[in-house]
Parts: sequence; C-alpha cells; structure tokens
Amino acid sequence: MTAEPQTILEVEGLRKWFPISRGLLRRVVGHVRAVDDVTFSIKHGETLSLVGESGCGKTTTSRCILRALTPTDGAIRFRTETGEQVDVAKLPKAGLRPLRRQMQMIFQDPFSSLNPRMTITDIIAEPLLVNGVRDLETRRRRVRELLDLVQLPAAYMNRFPHAFSGGQRQRIGIARALALNPALIVADEPVSALDVSVQAQVVNLLLDLQDRLGLSYLFVAHDLSVVKHVSDRVAVMYVGKIVELAPTADLFTRPRHPYTEALLSAVPVPDPRRRTGRIVPLGEVADPANPPSGCHFHPRCRYAVERCRVEIPALRPMADDHLARCHLAEELNLAGVQEGHPPATT
Amino acid sequence: MAEPILSVRRLCTWFHQDEGIVRAVDGASFDLEPGHTLGIVGESGCGKSVTARSILRIVERPGRVESGEILLRRPDGSVVDLVKLDGQGREMREVRGGEIGYVFQEPMSSLSSFHTIGNQLIEAIRLHSDMSKKAARDRAVELLTLVGIPRPAQRVDSYSFELSGGLRQRVMIALALAAEPRILIADEPTTALDVTTQAQILDLLRKLQAEQGLAVILITHDMGVIAEMADDVVVMYLGRDVEQGPVETIFHDPAHPYTRSLLQSIPSVLAEPRSRLRTIEGSIPHPYARPAGCPFHPRCADAIAGRCDRSLPEPTHLGARHAVSCFLYGGSGVPALPAGLLERAE
Ligand SMILES: Nc1ncnc2c1ncn2[C@@H]1O[C@H](COP(=O)(O)OP(=O)(O)OP(=O)(O)O)[C@@H](O)[C@H]1O
Ligand SMILES: Nc1ncnc2c1ncn2[C@@H]1O[C@H](COP(=O)(O)OP(=O)(O)OP(=O)(O)O)[C@@H](O)[C@H]1O
Ligand code: SF4
Ligand SMILES: [Mg+2]
Ligand SMILES: [Mg+2]
Repeated sequence: MTAEPQTILEVEGLRKWFPISRGLLRRVVGHVRAVDDVTFSIKHGETLSLVGESGCGKTTTSRCILRALTPTDGAIRFRTETGEQVDVAKLPKAGLRPLRRQMQMIFQDPFSSLNPRMTITDIIAEPLLVNGVRDLETRRRRVRELLDLVQLPAAYMNRFPHAFSGGQRQRIGIARALALNPALIVADEPVSALDVSVQAQVVNLLLDLQDRLGLSYLFVAHDLSVVKHVSDRVAVMYVGKIVELAPTADLFTRPRHPYTEALLSAVPVPDPRRRTGRIVPLGEVADPANPPSGCHFHPRCRYAVERCRVEIPALRPMADDHLARCHLAEELNLAGVQEGHPPATT
Repeated sequence: MAEPILSVRRLCTWFHQDEGIVRAVDGASFDLEPGHTLGIVGESGCGKSVTARSILRIVERPGRVESGEILLRRPDGSVVDLVKLDGQGREMREVRGGEIGYVFQEPMSSLSSFHTIGNQLIEAIRLHSDMSKKAARDRAVELLTLVGIPRPAQRVDSYSFELSGGLRQRVMIALALAAEPRILIADEPTTALDVTTQAQILDLLRKLQAEQGLAVILITHDMGVIAEMADDVVVMYLGRDVEQGPVETIFHDPAHPYTRSLLQSIPSVLAEPRSRLRTIEGSIPHPYARPAGCPFHPRCADAIAGRCDRSLPEPTHLGARHAVSCFLYGGSGVPALPAGLLERAE
C-alpha cells in the first residue's frame, strides 16, 4: 500500500492478543483478543478519536502505537520528521528511541502520572534532559515557553504537583508531552477525570495547541460529547474491532452501524425537552476472550438476521470516507443525533 | 404542591481539621416532594455527597452536622428532625436503609466479597422486617428480578466479584429497595459505568420510581443525566444551594450566573464538530480559602463590587418553585465576615 503523503500514522491489521494461561504449567488455554485487526490512518494536523465501551481495546491500541506493548501482528507506519515511513511494530527496542520524541502520550489521571517529589520544572524538563539537553538555562527557558503555551504562570516553576488542581496538573502533563516538539500526541481519556468547567478549559487548550503547532491527535475517550467537540473523524470500536469510521458530523448525524446508533442514543442530552426514546442495546458487552460468532455485535443487535450469526462482516466503504462493519449497512436507516443548539445560550 | 417528604433547612456540615475548618455543606436548603426525582448537581467538592451522608447521618469524623434541620415527614403526618436523632441510635438505624434507601457510586466497596449477594439481601430484608429466612430468600430473588438481573434464581448464590459493573449496581439498587423505602438517595449511581449501562440503570430507576412511587434524590455532576431524570433541580456551589427550580426552568431559564456558566461549558453531542467550549473564569476555590460574600463572586462576570464580595445573598423567589441566591435579582443579604475572621471567631 502506498501512503498518501499527508498521513502521519497508518495502522494496518493491528492485533494484540493477550494469552490466557491456566494450571501449574501455565498452559495457554486461549487469548483475549483485545485488539483484533484494526486499520486506520491519521493525517497531519488531524484528530482521530477512538470511542467504545470499556474493554473494547482503546487503550491497548494506543499502547501498541507507542510500543508500550508489542503488537501480536500488523503494521504501524509512522512518518518521521524527515518524511520517511518507519514501521513501529517491527522496530527493535533500540530503534524506538528517536521516534519516542516525535510521539508523546497524555494520560487520563493527572494525579498519579506526575512524580510528587519533582518540581514542575523538573517534571517538564525531564524529557529534555533524557534527550541530551545538558544546559540548565536552555532547559529552563524551554520550560518557561511550555508553561506559557499551556497557560500556566511561570511563577509556578518551582512548585510541586500536590499544590495544583486537577486541571493544572493536566496542563503540566500536556506541557511535558510537548517538550520535545512531538508531531503526534496520543491522549488516553485526557479530560475524563476533570470537572466540567476545567474540562472545557483543557478541551479548548488541546484545540488551540493543535492549531498553533499543527499537532496530530489520537484521542481516546468514552464520552461522545467531548469527542464531538475535538474530532475530525471518529472510529467506533467494539470487542477489539473498528465497527465504524467516519468524519465526525456524518458519524453523529447519520451512523451506519447499529452499535453506533445505540451508543449515540444512550448519551444523555443536557436538555429536558429532548427526553426521547432511547435504543438501549440489550445485554452486556461480549467477552473478547470468547467473542460471539459472526458479527460480534449480533447478540445485542436489534436488526440482526440469520447471516449475522454466521458470517463476520467486513469493514466496508459506504459513502465517501465512511466505513461500516455491518451486513445491513446499506439497507438500514439508522437514527443519529439531530443537530441543534444546546439550551441556555443567553 | 404536595407537602415535601423531606425538607433540608440551612444544613451545615463541617470537617474540623488541624489546618482549618472545611465547610463542606454550608447552609443548603431544599425540599423533596413525594414521587419526584430531585437532582442535585454541581462540580466536584461542592458538597453533594456530604449532603447525602448528612441526611443518612453517616458523616465520618472529623465531620459533623453543625446546624440546620433535616425534616422527614412520615405517612401519618408526623415529622421527625433527623439532625436531632443519635446517628448510631436505633431510630436512625431504622430510618437509614429502612425509610431511606441509598445507592453509592462504588458498588464494589459497598458490597461484601465474602458473602453471596443473596445472603446480603436476606440480611438487609431481615434487618427491617421479621420475615423468615426462607421467605426472605424468596423476596431476595424477587428483588433481583425487579432490578432486571437475568437468571435471578441462580445469581442469588453468586458473589459480587463475579458480576459486571452494571449488574453490581443493579444488586446495590436491590439492596437499597430491600426494606421498601419511601425515599431513595442515589449518589452518582452511574458515574463509573459505560453510557449504555448507564442508560439501562437510569431506565431501571425510572421504572422503579413509577411502580413504587419512590421519591428519589439523584446526585450527579452530569447535567445530561439531570436533564433526563430530574423533576426538580438543586444547583450547589461551595456547600450552598445557589439555584433551584423545576428542571425545565433550570435548563431553559436559568438565573444564577453559575448555573448559566455551567450549562454553557458542558460539551454536547449536539455541538458543531471542533467547536470551542465556553469556560468559566478561574477555578473552584480551595475549601479552606472560601471567598467572603457570595461564594461565586471571584469567578462571576456580573458581580456587583461592594455588594457581592461583602455579603452573602439569601434565596429570592423568581417563581413559585424557582429560587436563586444572587444579588442580581435583588434580595437581601447577610453581612459576611471574611472567612479567616469567622474561623477565628469560633
Ligand atoms: N495486560 C493484559 N493482559 C490481559 N488482558 C488485558 C491486558 N490489558 C488489557 N487486557 C484486556 O484487553 C481488553 C481491552 O482492554 P483495554 O484496556 O484496551 O480497553 P479500553 O477500551 O481502553 O477500556 P476502558 O474504556 O475501560 O479504558 C479488555 O478485555 C482487557 O481486560
Ligand atoms: N472526610 C472528610 N474530611 C475532610 N474533608 C472532607 C471529607 N469528606 C469530604 N470533605 C470535603 O468536603 C467537601 C465536599 O465534599 P463532597 O464529597 O460532598 O463533594 P461532592 O460534591 O460529592 O464532590 P464529587 O463530585 O467529587 O463527588 C470537599 O471539599 C471535600 O474535600
Ligand atoms: S451485521 Fe447484523 S448483527 Fe451486526 S450490526 Fe449489522 S445487522 Fe446487527
Ligand atoms: Mg482505556
Ligand atoms: Mg460525591
């Protein structure tokens, strides 16, 4: 496959299976198919969000991309600063070092991800030091720049993390991730632990930084409302597979997969006038160690037909740029959210 | 308007710590009407859970209810002030779990992993009635059926760790309903759950309420959940009710600057993709550093200098059931000493 010039990341056929072992001899008796044949790409300056219920494989996918986990199979082609494509999945550990600079992670929990015994300066400058920026004054100058970028006063430089609120800690985490001028940021639930008012500030900050620095984001979240605000495109995962991938507005207004329809209808809308009938999917998420036959979603799907039980649907293109993994995708007329303005805009 | 089944009047619950006094709840008042759902909403630390724990009289040390009334109206018309009861005493133990059932956020920490869910249910049922063990077991299966647990006759003998998060929360609701309470307090009952599971639990709560005529206090920081579930809403900020009214009024005609800002800062699935969120200036003050005057004034764009920073606004009625504590709507205020002075005056 030849890459389009503007993609920064191409993930193809990614698999991560965790062995399940039992007994004294730790015999492998099966696999948790946490990520099972995932394919997507991210363009320069674009935000792609990964959404889906707990356990669908969002974190495992992002950890594979950063090679915090070694994939079982598949390719993860990253375009470096110099324009060449490197398959991160196949690179030996030693070859990863220069790439780590260009791909950074922001974590969910701003409380546990910062070392309590380091000052803010040391926390933000650590990646610089590790990457050979020896001069103290250069590091301090860069820290000041970064604090400015995430809108924290430089006066905070010598404080310790415990003196900061959740939103401020998340800003510190973002400043640290930006220290080495990365091109791709993988953010795993970066605003989930924050309060609404703080969440709004951090969401805006992420959007601003992207505009200013041309960053690309892989944004992992379970909150579809936040996803609506940040994404260019959205990939919906179910039991290790992408079931739908589309530009944000299309996915929300005209979903093509019954699972997306159900997810969207379950989101509480902050308007009491919109208490409308929900399509709550039946039962529970399937077990990735023992996924159902055929379409993994069929036991919960209100549209399922006999074929869904036996045949695994492929992720197929619908209209431009819209992919769906459902046998009936063309026939079904699924409900999305109707666009409109939230109330209380006085 | 029916007589409220529960009235909280000027409740103050403080934590006396070495560093100072945390005024977790500081003058909150509201009414719960029979058969209604009252939503209590507000950002982290505003005192929602401490309010719930105060009603149940399970505030842990060094906290205690300082003043105020919690009036529970009984079916015979008599009224008891829960603040006057001994928290550990017999009468309060009968109210707690008997007349008032409760469900908290973490079902794992509230359920024992040493006893089957059936035995926990049987114990709860027999605590508040003189049913035989056999009858209580039948009732336990009935309760599990009521809350929609599949195969209840088998599940009654399982342990909580064998269940998914959604099923555990259903068991918690079954436990809360064991003594057929008239009031149910649900503190963030769906916060740890996926949207789809959340939708199932909210549907269940709605169904139970309709069938059993329960009055529900639903505590959440999620405005979407409030919009879907509540009849009436109390908005809290720093331990006080700053605005309350029917759900329609709160969402479509909010009066308090905090309510308005909060509503504008929530992300919505109805928003334009890649749109910035409105933000509230500053952040929630540290509980030791409560601002004098209106608690919201340092963050309020409409604050009246010399008034909002000097005295504490009392509730003003804007409609029969709509009240707001804000000087923009006239109303009286009580002169407030700076927080530090007050603490020293104790
Ligand atoms: N190290 C591991 N060993 C075995 N199984 C694992 C491991 N890490 C994850 N899993 C399993 O892989 C599946 C996917 O997990 P993952 O953490 O990627 O989900 P997620 O989509 O990020 O969920 P959440 O929304 O809860 O964060 C789950 O079933 C999980 O239990
Ligand atoms: N045991 C305690 N000791 C000291 N302070 C406490 C204690 N419990 C609660 N507080 C304080 O009381 C205030 C109110 O806390 P509360 O738990 O009621 O907030 P909340 O509105 O439920 O927030 P959240 O949305 O995070 O659950 C907070 O400032 C909190 O730090
Ligand atoms: S393939 Fe069948 S079961 Fe799967 S989502 Fe489509 S209709 Fe439902
Ligand atoms: Mg995850
Ligand atoms: Mg709470």
